[in-house]
Amino acid sequence: MAQQMTGAEMVIAAMVDQGVTDIFGYPGGAVLPMYDAIFQQDKVRHILVRHEQGATHMAEGYARSTGKVGVVLVTSGPGATNAVTGLTDALMDSIPVVCITGQVATPLIGSDAFQECDTVGITRSCTKHNYLVKNVADLPRVLHEAFYIAQSGRPGPVLIDIPKDVQFAMGTYYGPTEIEATRHKSYHPQLDADPRLIEAAVDMMLRAERPVFYTGGGVINAGPEASQHLRELAELTGFPVTSTLMGLGAFPGSSKQWLGMLGMHGSYEANLAMHDCDVMINIGARFDDRITGRIDAFSPGSKKIHVDIDPASINKNVRVDLPIIGDCGHVLKEMVRIWRSKTNAPRTEALAPWWKQIDQWRAKKSFSFANSKSVIKPQYAIQRLYHAVKGKDVYVTTEVGQHQMWAAQHFPFEMPNRWMTSGGLGTMGYGLPASIGVQVAHPDALVIDIAGEASVQMTMQEMSTAVQYELPVKIFILNNERMGMVRQWQELLHGGRYAHSYSESLPDFVKLAEAYGGVGIKCDKPGDLDAAIKEMITVKRPVLFDCVVEKHENCLPMIPSGKPHNEMILPDFKGDVGDVIDAKGRELV
Amino acid sequence: MNAHLQATGSVYSLVPETQTTERHTLSVLVDNEPGILARIVGLFAARGFNIESLTVSETEHAKGLSRITLVTVATPKVLLQIKLQLERLIPVHKVHDLTAEGRALERELALVKVASTGEHRAEALRLADAYRAQIVDATTESFVFEITGKPTKIDSFIAIMVPIGLVEVVRTGLAAISRGAEGM
Repeated sequence: MAQQMTGAEMVIAAMVDQGVTDIFGYPGGAVLPMYDAIFQQDKVRHILVRHEQGATHMAEGYARSTGKVGVVLVTSGPGATNAVTGLTDALMDSIPVVCITGQVATPLIGSDAFQECDTVGITRSCTKHNYLVKNVADLPRVLHEAFYIAQSGRPGPVLIDIPKDVQFAMGTYYGPTEIEATRHKSYHPQLDADPRLIEAAVDMMLRAERPVFYTGGGVINAGPEASQHLRELAELTGFPVTSTLMGLGAFPGSSKQWLGMLGMHGSYEANLAMHDCDVMINIGARFDDRITGRIDAFSPGSKKIHVDIDPASINKNVRVDLPIIGDCGHVLKEMVRIWRSKTNAPRTEALAPWWKQIDQWRAKKSFSFANSKSVIKPQYAIQRLYHAVKGKDVYVTTEVGQHQMWAAQHFPFEMPNRWMTSGGLGTMGYGLPASIGVQVAHPDALVIDIAGEASVQMTMQEMSTAVQYELPVKIFILNNERMGMVRQWQELLHGGRYAHSYSESLPDFVKLAEAYGGVGIKCDKPGDLDAAIKEMITVKRPVLFDCVVEKHENCLPMIPSGKPHNEMILPDFKGDVGDVIDAKGRELV
Repeated sequence: MNAHLQATGSVYSLVPETQTTERHTLSVLVDNEPGILARIVGLFAARGFNIESLTVSETEHAKGLSRITLVTVATPKVLLQIKLQLERLIPVHKVHDLTAEGRALERELALVKVASTGEHRAEALRLADAYRAQIVDATTESFVFEITGKPTKIDSFIAIMVPIGLVEVVRTGLAAISRGAEGM
């Protein structure tokens, strides 16, 4: 319904019309009219963060655990620049976020005014799209367009910069049905793929002897139905399934067809299956360098099918034989239908030698580790955590580093949207605020951030947010007093010269938790771990859990940089990893 | 698999993996909105693509559309990435690879300032006539010539004016359009 209102009121009206119930923000001079509008309504709840980066990660956690758009509201200048890390993170991981920034009044733009920055200039390369709205008449269209662009096609962050005078200006508001943002004049993501290509893919799959499904975050983004279709297709075909870090949960971790995560710290069986397969079916993944290893030796003998909603992902890193542009959910559904129309029987016999080979790789138990009775091994801590929460309504976020990889290895998921991690950008400090965003969306669920003591300090201030809104997130810190992954690379590649990868003054996390008004738990003995974890889960308040673990554990298995999948290092490797990696590999990140 | 399903004839068809670079002219139809040029140039800078020439102007005022003509040098694989990455930008309507589509008309305009006296001055006039350049400004010691044509013709005209007294040159960059009845 067309209605007269101020620009600030339009922002709230559009949120209500777009189904937004919670936003994450921080006030400031250039957003005061919008905060005034928030004050005078109760449909949209505002979560006050402690730093704008926290707001963006909360919005990401909210979005990834619900499939809805996460919304951020921050002020001009430092408010906007603080949001840049989270926006880039959302862009890299294709997370739908709408970020609204205040801007100085239009006559002041370009005058180096107080708290002015070139927000659209700064965020142009870290958003899917952005807008500076100089005329209130454009605002309703831009608002609805932003929500449409953020969540359609390959999702991503969209930023709207609104000068203060535009927030005060009166104009006519139109709702989404009047604006019809979905009929955009130049943006038309392709959802339905060419059916002939899907049929060709099924024909390739029917002839495959050593097939593998390689699935990614695209399956999660395509909604829970896409995961259902994937499960159905996997069952029909009997093919093994592996997934990227971003795609975990789309396929159940308990399935016999599940190979575990692939990539640099993925399982031996997943990586070897990728290397030796004859048909690779990539569903919604992008051949990232963490996955491919050395690109010219990547899966040399396979025909590759690539399903992606983003045409620019096709042939970007790896040359594929059959590209299919479309929504993963649509394509998977069609694959199921076409497969059924061609055969009723799974090709158990044809695939038997392949599965036999995979079982031999599996027997290597590449995620195994030497446990200890005296010190908590980080992998053991995650296994005990998993054991304690198995079967509960649980969501897991992580920070970035060794603990993140160990979580991916040792904490299997049965459902999509349960695993929130910073994959592409690798943002330390993501997990704590992301867990808050998840808890806002799922107040009764158990939300755990599997953290490292270094990462978590980057956004620790958001504990205050968790306490204020009574969000009982569990921050499970694997504390090795090291930036573990940096330390590992220094050990393997830089002669054990541990430059600045350890902390000489860590806070007392128990006291820190108490200072924030949360609960602190410390555990440093394997024998006490189960009871301590039980206490953490039982407490209905935010918890910082200081789990003191082995300081020098390396995250294995590992594809050394510059090496192909089949030259993976396993936990029982005895040589010097530094000798395995050549000068070229050393240059890689 | 049938030949037509090898994705031939598709815009996503396989490109040969050669390291040989090619010069291609792209025509990009965009919304004429603030920041669009920064988006395009930023994309090229961020992804390490080359821009040899860039020409921008509004072409359809009523629809608010601009046409960007862009010359780039890249391997076939990168050329395809450039096209697809451009198409990802929200205000981009269409991207045509005029070089790949073939036989496009390409023209450029240059203003060429030449200072000379005596025999050189007469020679400048004779050459300008041969190249069908127009005199758009004249003093007793100088001319400004306006010349249009293919970039190679302009290159050659400029080269020939160097010994005669070339002072400075300004070029518009390439404008290109496909032949025949069909529009973009």
